[in-house]
Amino acid sequence: MFETLELLGNGFITVFEPLNLALIVGGCALGLFIGAMPGLGSVNGVAILLPLTFLVPPTGAIIFLAAIYYGAMYGGAISSIMLGIPGASTAVATTFDGRPLAKQGLADKALTGAAVASFVGGSISVVLFTFFAPPLAHVALVFGAPEEFALMMLAFATFVGLGGDDIFKTIFSIAIGLVLSAIGFDIISGEPRLVLWDITGFLHGINFLVLAIGIYGIGEMLWTVEENALGGGKSMLSKATVTVARTMTNLRELVSTWKTMLMGSVLGYFVGILPAAGATPGSLMAYGIAKQMSKEPEKFGNGAIEGVVAPEAANNAASTGSMLPMLTLGIPGSPTTAILLGGMVIWGLEPGPRLFTDHSEFVWGLIASLYAANLFAVIINIAFIPVFIQILKTPFTILAPIIFILCLIGGYAPTQDMHDVWLMLVFGIVGYLMRKLDYPLAPAVLAIVLGPLAEPALRQSLIISDGSFAIFFNRTYSGPIMIAALLLLFLPLFKIIYNKVRNKPS
Amino acid sequence: MTVRTAELLMAIMMGAFSIYLMVKSNELPIGWIEDEGPGGGTWPFWLATIMLISCVGIAFNWARKHGPIASSTKTYIEAHVLVDVAAVAIALIITVGLFSVIGIYGSLPLFLIFYLRILGKHSWKLTTILAVLIPVFIFYFFEITLNIILPKGLTEPLFIPLYRIFL
Repeated sequence: MFETLELLGNGFITVFEPLNLALIVGGCALGLFIGAMPGLGSVNGVAILLPLTFLVPPTGAIIFLAAIYYGAMYGGAISSIMLGIPGASTAVATTFDGRPLAKQGLADKALTGAAVASFVGGSISVVLFTFFAPPLAHVALVFGAPEEFALMMLAFATFVGLGGDDIFKTIFSIAIGLVLSAIGFDIISGEPRLVLWDITGFLHGINFLVLAIGIYGIGEMLWTVEENALGGGKSMLSKATVTVARTMTNLRELVSTWKTMLMGSVLGYFVGILPAAGATPGSLMAYGIAKQMSKEPEKFGNGAIEGVVAPEAANNAASTGSMLPMLTLGIPGSPTTAILLGGMVIWGLEPGPRLFTDHSEFVWGLIASLYAANLFAVIINIAFIPVFIQILKTPFTILAPIIFILCLIGGYAPTQDMHDVWLMLVFGIVGYLMRKLDYPLAPAVLAIVLGPLAEPALRQSLIISDGSFAIFFNRTYSGPIMIAALLLLFLPLFKIIYNKVRNKPS
Repeated sequence: MTVRTAELLMAIMMGAFSIYLMVKSNELPIGWIEDEGPGGGTWPFWLATIMLISCVGIAFNWARKHGPIASSTKTYIEAHVLVDVAAVAIALIITVGLFSVIGIYGSLPLFLIFYLRILGKHSWKLTTILAVLIPVFIFYFFEITLNIILPKGLTEPLFIPLYRIFL
């Protein structure tokens, strides 16, 4: 306990270095902006901007990206409320009551509620994180190759069991991500492997950023071009009156919603830890429970402030929750943390439980930065609400080419090979066409990051056991994890059988 | 083309790609090697097999019209959407193609002019300002600050004096 506080104290010393503090403030502001833009969320921002962080040391880089992640969770609410379009999928539930409030001329009330709830969700979850992470990392220190592989299976199985997308398409997405990560050289024999169409560019493998920027940069932007074409580009911006006096009244009224905020925070945190779940389902669940908890459930959907604070507390808490498995086990809890994990590999850090002992300054700097980012994000958010409303008026046709250019350069920068830029365009266009057919693409990004870790773990385990898969089931930790993974994998099948049996008598 | 047709076409294309990956994985041993464990092709081979099985599953669901996509008769990409999306996609392809010919500082302004002026219908004033300022910012940030040399193609000699000043 005291050791944790001491380490956290050291983390704060790292955070208060002028460069890191500047990175947090800059990251939060940028994240708020990215989150507020319809169509762009934390994952897009982190993927597109990761190449820019090569400039600063790893601790500064992760602090900057985490601040963007955080800021984007706050920012998502802004366009949900002002435009009725979720700024990111994580803010979908915020539109349900945020938009009606804005239509009633109470946009400022909804925006303040969202900001305060995000702050509460962020604060509670980061405290939970501080005290959960070290013991979990400690347990994970004894993990060997079979446990690592079992954990990755569990991460993939949650997508199949809980992702809610078409099962075959989810499995396809995971498998293609893993195969793409196997391109280049065989790690054990050193022979060239899967050099597609004998193009030499594939010899250096496929950098995860090429896929991530392709899907979340180019693909997402093409998707937004389509939405703009369908919407006719009309602005639906609500009017908002923001004065200091009104803000004070709004803040006072929010005190009565503390129970909803607390529920959203705790729920969001735990849902966020699960790989496939994360902030979007977390916020939708929090909205549902808030409605059930309410004495006036009929108000929900017509402008209940609880309907804004519950999902907003939950999505911020979930973003912190998703960092827990990333830092302690090396398994990302969301697509955004998958990209952060890939970034850690680029910066020369080996993800996994040893991070806490080997790179304590990095880990605790990041945790302390979450406290700071949370505080800065709420201040920037409330103070600059009118500015963000103005930003929403920026035409898409000015932002789009700038983002496309950042994507192109972001795809080139890590390897400085034109082959990767072409590949990124291919991923972007094919990803867009697949997304239109409801192929989930987040599992592919998670898989390309985890692939280079999963294959050696599997091969080492099988060498230890002389080819027997029993090794995954007869060890203390890997056994239960693997069984949980299999149960999740077959959950959709159980559901089908259950529904058939139940429907028969009727 | 309807969404339903697109679903089948995508499954067939991805299925074919899976088979290609299986064949390609087979260039390395895909079985157990004594004292070495699984061969180098094993992991991608079985994953590509899983991809193929998933594609067969998607095609099976298509055949029995199961799910919203497999039963949808809506148009896959509406004509007016296709014009917008294709314009952007083709512009990106041309821009990247020009990277190695007239360099990034030749092709990016062209892309910006196309997007801002033709697609966005913004004023010439705004278009010119952005088409000049963005490449200047990129040069300053990536080449000078980050030391990442971006492709310049034929325009390379023009940058030699700048390299002398900044690098």
